[in-house]
Amino acid sequence: MFTQMHSLYESAWVIPALPFLSFLLIAFVTKRSKGLSAAISILAILTSLALAIAIVLGVVGSGAEIVEHPAVVNVNWLDIQGLTINFGTLVDPLSTMMLFVVTLVASMVQIYSVGYMHGDRGWSRYFAYQSLFAMSMLGLVISTNLLELFVFWELVGLCSYLLIGFWYHKVSAREAAKKAFITTRVGDFGLLLGILFLYGQFGTLDFAQLAQAMNANLQGLVLAGGVSYITLTTFLLFTGPIGKSGQFPLHVWLPDAMEGPTPVSALIHAATMVVAGVYLVGRMYFMFQHAAPSALEFVAGIGALTAIFAASIAIAQDDIKRILAYSTLSQLGYMMFALGVGALTASMFHLMTHAFFKALMFLGAGSVIHALHEKQNIWDMGGLWKKMPITGWTFFIGVLAISGIPPFAGFWSKDEILAAALHNGHPIIYAVGLFTAFLTAFYMSRLFFVAFMGPEKKENHPHESPYWMTVPLIVLAFFSVVGGLVALPTHNFAFFVRDYVNLNGVVALKEFEPEGLAWGLAGISVLAGLLGIGLAYMTYVRQAIQAEAVVAKFPGVYKLLKNKYYIDEIYLWLIHHIMDGLAKVLYWFDIYIVDGIINGLALITRGSARGLRRMHTGQMQTYALVFFFAVVVIYLVYTLGEGQFAALNPLAMLGGVK
Amino acid sequence: MQTFNFLAITPEIAVAALTLILLAMGLLIPDGARKGMMPLTVFGLLGILGYTVYDFFFGKMGPAFQGMYFHDAFADFFKMLFLVAALLVVLSSGEYVQKFPAYRGDFYALLVAAILGMMLMAGAADLLTFYVGLELMTITFYILVGYMPHDGRSSEAGIKYLVLGAASSAILLYGISFIYGLTGSTQLYQVAMGLGSKVNPPVILATVFVLAGFGFKISLVPFHMWAPDIYEGAPTPVTAFLAVASKAAAFAALIRVYLVTLENQSFAQTGIALLLILASLTMIIGNLVAIPQKNIKRLLAFSSVAQAGYLMVGVIAESVPGVKGVLFYAMIYVFANMGAFAVATYIGQAQGSDEIRDYAGLARRSPLAAAVMTASVLSLAGIPPLAGFVGKFYLFSAVMDTGYQAIAYIGFVMSMVSVYYYLSIVKVMYLGEGEGLPDIPVRGAAKFAMVFAMLITLFVGIYPSPLAQMAMAAANSLLQ
Repeated sequence: MFTQMHSLYESAWVIPALPFLSFLLIAFVTKRSKGLSAAISILAILTSLALAIAIVLGVVGSGAEIVEHPAVVNVNWLDIQGLTINFGTLVDPLSTMMLFVVTLVASMVQIYSVGYMHGDRGWSRYFAYQSLFAMSMLGLVISTNLLELFVFWELVGLCSYLLIGFWYHKVSAREAAKKAFITTRVGDFGLLLGILFLYGQFGTLDFAQLAQAMNANLQGLVLAGGVSYITLTTFLLFTGPIGKSGQFPLHVWLPDAMEGPTPVSALIHAATMVVAGVYLVGRMYFMFQHAAPSALEFVAGIGALTAIFAASIAIAQDDIKRILAYSTLSQLGYMMFALGVGALTASMFHLMTHAFFKALMFLGAGSVIHALHEKQNIWDMGGLWKKMPITGWTFFIGVLAISGIPPFAGFWSKDEILAAALHNGHPIIYAVGLFTAFLTAFYMSRLFFVAFMGPEKKENHPHESPYWMTVPLIVLAFFSVVGGLVALPTHNFAFFVRDYVNLNGVVALKEFEPEGLAWGLAGISVLAGLLGIGLAYMTYVRQAIQAEAVVAKFPGVYKLLKNKYYIDEIYLWLIHHIMDGLAKVLYWFDIYIVDGIINGLALITRGSARGLRRMHTGQMQTYALVFFFAVVVIYLVYTLGEGQFAALNPLAMLGGVK
Repeated sequence: MQTFNFLAITPEIAVAALTLILLAMGLLIPDGARKGMMPLTVFGLLGILGYTVYDFFFGKMGPAFQGMYFHDAFADFFKMLFLVAALLVVLSSGEYVQKFPAYRGDFYALLVAAILGMMLMAGAADLLTFYVGLELMTITFYILVGYMPHDGRSSEAGIKYLVLGAASSAILLYGISFIYGLTGSTQLYQVAMGLGSKVNPPVILATVFVLAGFGFKISLVPFHMWAPDIYEGAPTPVTAFLAVASKAAAFAALIRVYLVTLENQSFAQTGIALLLILASLTMIIGNLVAIPQKNIKRLLAFSSVAQAGYLMVGVIAESVPGVKGVLFYAMIYVFANMGAFAVATYIGQAQGSDEIRDYAGLARRSPLAAAVMTASVLSLAGIPPLAGFVGKFYLFSAVMDTGYQAIAYIGFVMSMVSVYYYLSIVKVMYLGEGEGLPDIPVRGAAKFAMVFAMLITLFVGIYPSPLAQMAMAAANSLLQ
């Protein structure tokens, strides 16, 4: 049984290979044929999805075996002295879950795009990028070592750049694409440093080997000032996820990334790109455990800060995609602080459920925008509930799921995170999380009530979107409803994706112990969610509370939130005053010192080249002369160098010496 | 009763047969109906290549003909290299060959005959076998270089190559006769035994003569003077073949004779110092003089002088990784250089000019050719992720492991210098205006050859392991 499964796991490389093939086909062959391009792309990702499902079933079937012995296949890529790099595939419950989530969301997004991108001039290019994007993310989640992961990590970054700037004729899209790329590069720099540090210390980047290395007590590796080497490396590694997963303070790119086509936003926010950072922390979790408590506390702090910070901004936003974007930031913060409080399982669980309902809501938003001809302000919408029943109902499911209302998916994962925060002794984080849950329920239902339930606008003529778009919504809605049930004891998610424990500096997988739902805590978080929804209902449907009056009371706070805490403005100021000043100094240095040296060298080189060129006269006699002369000179130097002075005697040379 | 082991020389026999068939067909088929000769050559070579690849992995290896001939992975590796190079030359020069006078039908036959000579050089275990192979190759090239009868420059190049080549052969033969006189044998193994660790004037004289002979073929400074003139004058496909395959063949023999057989003599203390100086000079002069060149063939000629310097660095390492580096680099050099020459052949024949300034705006007029040229020269310059980077890495890390740091640094600096003139071609192609120059769509076999060369250059750069392992196997087989 297991060996059979094993051969299935060994073919896991096919899953990213298919979208890549589709990318190549579209880019080089079917570029001109729109239908064929979309068909190839969707067929490839659906086949990958089928394979991913097969692997999921295999993993569930093989039980504890795969948890303790992940299926690893490695192919040697580079083998030079002191550097051995493998490329391979790693199938364990974590990567299997990611494979399923990514292929599912990517295939839904691609099918949806057939409707959404209808008539777009860049159709084939769009599907080529989509395929490449899916390939990069799938490759990332089955990487066996950090370098392989880093390669795909950068590819993911590249694809998001290409897709955010897909409508490159719009200035704002170009700017957003650049912003996303550059901001995440800041984090990637730290990540790369961390990878190099790790390699320098352990001589390997393989996850399994690194985990084994962490089995020893390494607290003795201390840098200057009492900072542990491992801790420093962990912090460096974490800067990558800060950029990629939009954690404070590198979150600024994510809301702007809305400039891309809406399905792209769904893909970026739900399954690819932003969760890569969370996944990386999850994958390297043995190291974060090792560097506990400082590294984990840092992760938890950043996560909690991002969660509440982004949720508070979302309250004051009016653009439907922007609200969703800040909600993504906030939910990513959730996942991060879950990791920080030691709940790897809960974090990954939330990653999965969030992928379902966030993809659902983004695609739903896309459906609305499509119907209203590119209107994105929620106050311009209203009355969509009746006109777009499928979009309305599925969106409603998404809102309930993200608000943590049972039995929807978000309830289970959010509850697990909050319970873990409290159990592992982080009451403040718990409180922040709970309050964020309340805010989340509030701003999501605000969005829903205003856009769908609000008064109809005469100038709008919305109609339900085509099946290409609604079917993916229904599929995702289905998973948003039942996705959380994998936490039930009978198919327990926690059994497969295990937490780690740190016992006196030795990190190991935790034994599985089934935990019941803490009903009391669950009740509190459900209450927070209901409270949020209720408040939004009172404000925006019943109008019992006047939103304007509240705003008028706290104008400063509102302005602060509306302007996203002025983070962008602060960055701009820093760049204008600090970076530009520094750049001017360096520019002077570059122009006069560096260039001076370089130009001098170039002049010398060119001069000598001109001189040497004269040697090649074109005269055959000269060439022959040089040839024979060289033979004689080399011979003489050779013999004299070897101390054979007899060579100077021609007779001795020609056989006189026996 | 002597047993005659045909298996050991199957590729050689097949190549000889192909030569004769092509020669006969060239005579039998009427003028103007020889279009089918190119596909015939291609498929013939492909078949032989297929067999050689099979032989490399699964063949039964061992010395043959009473130790006159080696049948080992090292020889097979080079045979594959020659065949690949020949294939690329033939594929990329189809239209060029049409230009030759109708009464001449022996171009492909001569080309294939040259391969036979190279194969003999790579497999020779005896100085005379080696010399026969060398002369077969060289004499064929004398004809090929002067192949264009009414082109003054081609004829001039042919004559120059003949005279200078004869002189170098004489020196080499003189050296071989010394060796025979000193040891009483021409068989490599017995020569090595007979010379032992003796270092005295006659032995040194023989060593220097042999070095001069090889140095001429690989265009080692100061024996390189012929190269630019002949490369410029010869028909472009011939130049390509000369720069790639004949140089590789000479390196194959150089490794067998100079590195393995004469090791005690050639790597004596002064010998190694001289080699270091010559290799450095080769890299420096090749790269520096390439800078002011205005003709693409001349530029590539000097660049190939410089490349010989890099390869020499691997020889100097005097180790298995060094030889592996040479093999690896020689193979990827085939693809990079053939890519560049395929473009030069095609563009030269379409525009009637080999001047670099006539490449202006090529990126617009012929995007594929410009892309292939760019990839090829960047690989030659050693820019990652192209194959040339990995190749240079192997060469220089091998020599540094042996303990010669300085030459590696010279190599690094000279690689940087080379980027300048390589990129100046790219600059002309991509930034030049090219007003009034024609659009040149690339078609047919030449297109295939260009794309294939570029893809291999890219693929090996990204995933070098398979080729590196093959080179390693070949290098190991040499020292057994």
